[in-house]
Amino acid sequence: MSRIAKTFETLRGQGRKALIPFITAGDPDPDMTLPLMQALVEGGADIIELGVPFSDPMADGPTIQRASERALQHGMSLRGVLGIVSAFRRENGNTPVVLMGYANPIEAYGTDVFARDAQAAGVDGVLVVDYPPEECVEFSASLRDHDLDPIFLLAPTSTEQRYSEVAALGSGYLYYVSLKGVTGAGHLDFDEVARRIPVIREKVGMPVGVGFGIRDAASARRIAQVADAVVIGSRIIEEIENSPRDEGPARVRAFLREIRMALDSKSGRGFEEKP
Amino acid sequence: MPMHELPYHQPDAHGHFGRYGGSFVAETLKPALDELLAAYADAQRDPAFRAEFEYDLKHYVGRPSPIYHAKRWSKLLGGAQIYLKREDLNHTGAHKVNNCIGQALLARRMGKPRVIAETGAGQHGVATATVAARYGMECCVYMGSEDIKRQAANVYRMKLLGATVVPVNSGSKTLKDALNEAMRDWVTNVGNTFYIIGTVAGPHPYPMLVRDFQTVIGTECLTQMPELAGRQPDAVIACVGGGSNAMGIFYSYIPKTDVRLIGVEAAGFGLATGKHAAPLTANSPVGVLHGNRTYLMQDENGQIIETHSISAGLDYPGVGPEHAWLKDSGRAEYVAVTDDEALAAFHALCRLEGIIPALESSHALAYAAKIAPSMSSDKLLLVNLSGRGDKDMHTVAEKSGIQF
Ligand SMILES: Cc1ncc(COP(=O)(O)O)c(C=O)c1O
Repeated sequence: MSRIAKTFETLRGQGRKALIPFITAGDPDPDMTLPLMQALVEGGADIIELGVPFSDPMADGPTIQRASERALQHGMSLRGVLGIVSAFRRENGNTPVVLMGYANPIEAYGTDVFARDAQAAGVDGVLVVDYPPEECVEFSASLRDHDLDPIFLLAPTSTEQRYSEVAALGSGYLYYVSLKGVTGAGHLDFDEVARRIPVIREKVGMPVGVGFGIRDAASARRIAQVADAVVIGSRIIEEIENSPRDEGPARVRAFLREIRMALDSKSGRGFEEKP
Repeated sequence: MPMHELPYHQPDAHGHFGRYGGSFVAETLKPALDELLAAYADAQRDPAFRAEFEYDLKHYVGRPSPIYHAKRWSKLLGGAQIYLKREDLNHTGAHKVNNCIGQALLARRMGKPRVIAETGAGQHGVATATVAARYGMECCVYMGSEDIKRQAANVYRMKLLGATVVPVNSGSKTLKDALNEAMRDWVTNVGNTFYIIGTVAGPHPYPMLVRDFQTVIGTECLTQMPELAGRQPDAVIACVGGGSNAMGIFYSYIPKTDVRLIGVEAAGFGLATGKHAAPLTANSPVGVLHGNRTYLMQDENGQIIETHSISAGLDYPGVGPEHAWLKDSGRAEYVAVTDDEALAAFHALCRLEGIIPALESSHALAYAAKIAPSMSSDKLLLVNLSGRGDKDMHTVAEKSGIQF
């Protein structure tokens, strides 16, 4: 069983929801990424999404764009990201790591070589924002050949036909984008999410995480009442951005703990619970 | 079928031109692209759509644009005869408006009251703002802050036309970043907004539909060249930024395999300097950007690198996927000319023919000037004069050390 599947199984047994923080590898600089990942785990992360910086992050709002720019200024590359994951794995064998990024750095690396090296580094899943299922058939196969979970996005605009396409190619979990917009935007529609998630979960047959627009304990808790996982990105990056370099990990840990507590508190519990 | 009339059917149903093209976008946009594809297919079946498009091209844009024999310049060069397809005479001063009318009509058909666009030189932005005013639509144009500095007059034109111009400060602050920002707007406002892409790039179906709306350029040439010159040209030459004016004039000639098709990219300071915008000529690696797979200027880590061209409209690290396909198939050739060569052609056309060409188009002119002298005087070169140069006054004056 994959590390991701095992994580969700354990959580389900405990009646808890997964907390999935996102940070950009190399932000604010490459040496800080490992301590930040460790802080995320200490703060209660169940899975870590690690952003691979790209020069043209079309689907990201200003916060993650800035994170990408900082990382690239410090020479972060896909090869460097894999190096960081290897280092993380030497200390942590349990917390799944999902790489999230854009197609071009992976294609420049070579898709098959990437899948091989990602597996060797201890990566568990890969989400390529600009690989919708129709452009991802071969790459998904390549990932699976290396025991990596291909993670896909679904959006409020997605038709049910697309739920099935994603179900056929994806594994691990499904990432539901909770709003029409880029990362970091603020207009989250809870009712829409609550309506969609049960349908999606049934169609895709895997855990459903929700992200884009979750910024605090209250919104995380509401989302967790319907979803299997809560993804938080831009808000954590703001925390890093606004902290002196050395205090970043401690601040991120404290922020995540608050979310963790909200998710685990009584009223946030239970997979079957409806809002 | 005679050898010189080969059938050509591109792209496939998923927008692939061989290994190029496709629709590499985040999931949120995929349904919008499917909706656009369906609306376009439906419009193509509707004679009323075609009729309205043609009516506006004729009465609003002023088509057909003439072909002009540049006799003095040809004579001075001392070789092949150079003919110019005068897209510079279109309303708004470039070929861009052909496509904008097509897409604005589609937007109206789809019930989208708001249009957005990216722009580099400002020509596509001006054309979009123009048609938005014409059809009563809200218009928002994204433009890199570097380009806003280079193209101040066009920024003011867009504002006069009622558009909002949004400066883009991310990345290299040029065309590619404006495109990123327009995509972000589209993702956010996908319900009421139509994204009018200005070139044959972007995700499927854009490369196909922009080409289709620009095809009028070459179709007119097919009848105009025999009327004016007695036959079809030996070569068709066009500049290539994203590639829309080139696809527009090439497309009708693709089956006529005895006509050479030559795309001219921007060599900037020279291919060897790395400071250029010529992914095809430089054989850049293939990658994915802005929704399609194509030749792409990038570093060894797959990060897009900054390009350079004196002309903002050619300053783009990628190229439309159909050009990538035409290059690999050998049907079209791609070359590049430097800033200085383009400037020389710019001045030659001003002085000898009384036509001030756009700096983009000057790249195509420069290549014609390069090959014409070695050809005999009965050979015919057809150059797409994609736009007029009024917008470039500042750039050219600055190069000549003149301040306004
Ligand atoms: C006059 C003119 N020609 C050419 C171009 C380049 O675009 P494309 O390669 O799509 O024709 C531009 C772009 O702004 C332009 O304004």
